[in-house]
Amino acid sequence: MKENELTLEASPENLGKVLEFVEALPEFAVLRPKDQNQLMICIEEIFVNIVHYAYSGQTGSITVQCGFEEETNQFRLRFIDAGIPFNPLEAKDPDISLPPEDRQIGGLGIFIVRKFMDRIDYQNIDGKNILTLAKNREER
Amino acid sequence: MEIKEQRDGDSLTIWISGRLDTNTAPEAETRINNALEGIKHLMLDLADLEYVSSAGLRTILCLHKTMEKREKGGLKIAHLKDEVKEIFEITGFTVFLNIV
Repeated sequence: MKENELTLEASPENLGKVLEFVEALPEFAVLRPKDQNQLMICIEEIFVNIVHYAYSGQTGSITVQCGFEEETNQFRLRFIDAGIPFNPLEAKDPDISLPPEDRQIGGLGIFIVRKFMDRIDYQNIDGKNILTLAKNREER
Repeated sequence: MEIKEQRDGDSLTIWISGRLDTNTAPEAETRINNALEGIKHLMLDLADLEYVSSAGLRTILCLHKTMEKREKGGLKIAHLKDEVKEIFEITGFTVFLNIV
């Protein structure tokens, strides 16, 4: 798999750079527009989560790796950061059946990622969060 | 993101186009809140909204709560694109929002 990689500072204004980086990839361009949109949303949710929670106002870097995995027929995205360990697979789902007045908006981003992605893996290696998301390639 | 608004008595229609994301949602929320004085009926026309993330959902939830507190008031949402509707559906927002 050809690996594309971008490393930048974990700051809110860099979200646009990550989205542009992924959008410009030929491997991304072949996905269905619906799947592209879902991936964009998930990139935003994960990126914002790392900036606000993993680094929690501290400076740090985020590495994004992505490409197409032929063996699984999936577009794969990997986020690596050195912030506070956080495994999104262990996050509790928000109760989406609650009436609006009782709803907590927190946790909705991770919930959306879990709904939109076909595979999520989390590892913590050498103090780094390594989160891998993958989306099946469907026929356009 | 662009916002257009049209006021008619105690009704306000807001058109949001482009992206409602972590960078644009706070501005949208401020602008809409600033226009809500004396308004009972708020309509969000999302025909040209291409993208919503959880930050955009947070804005819509806050507007819904604000409008529910007004006597005989409320929020209506119109003209959702399919990709925007999908995120409203998976998060359960379609259950309580008045989508027309």
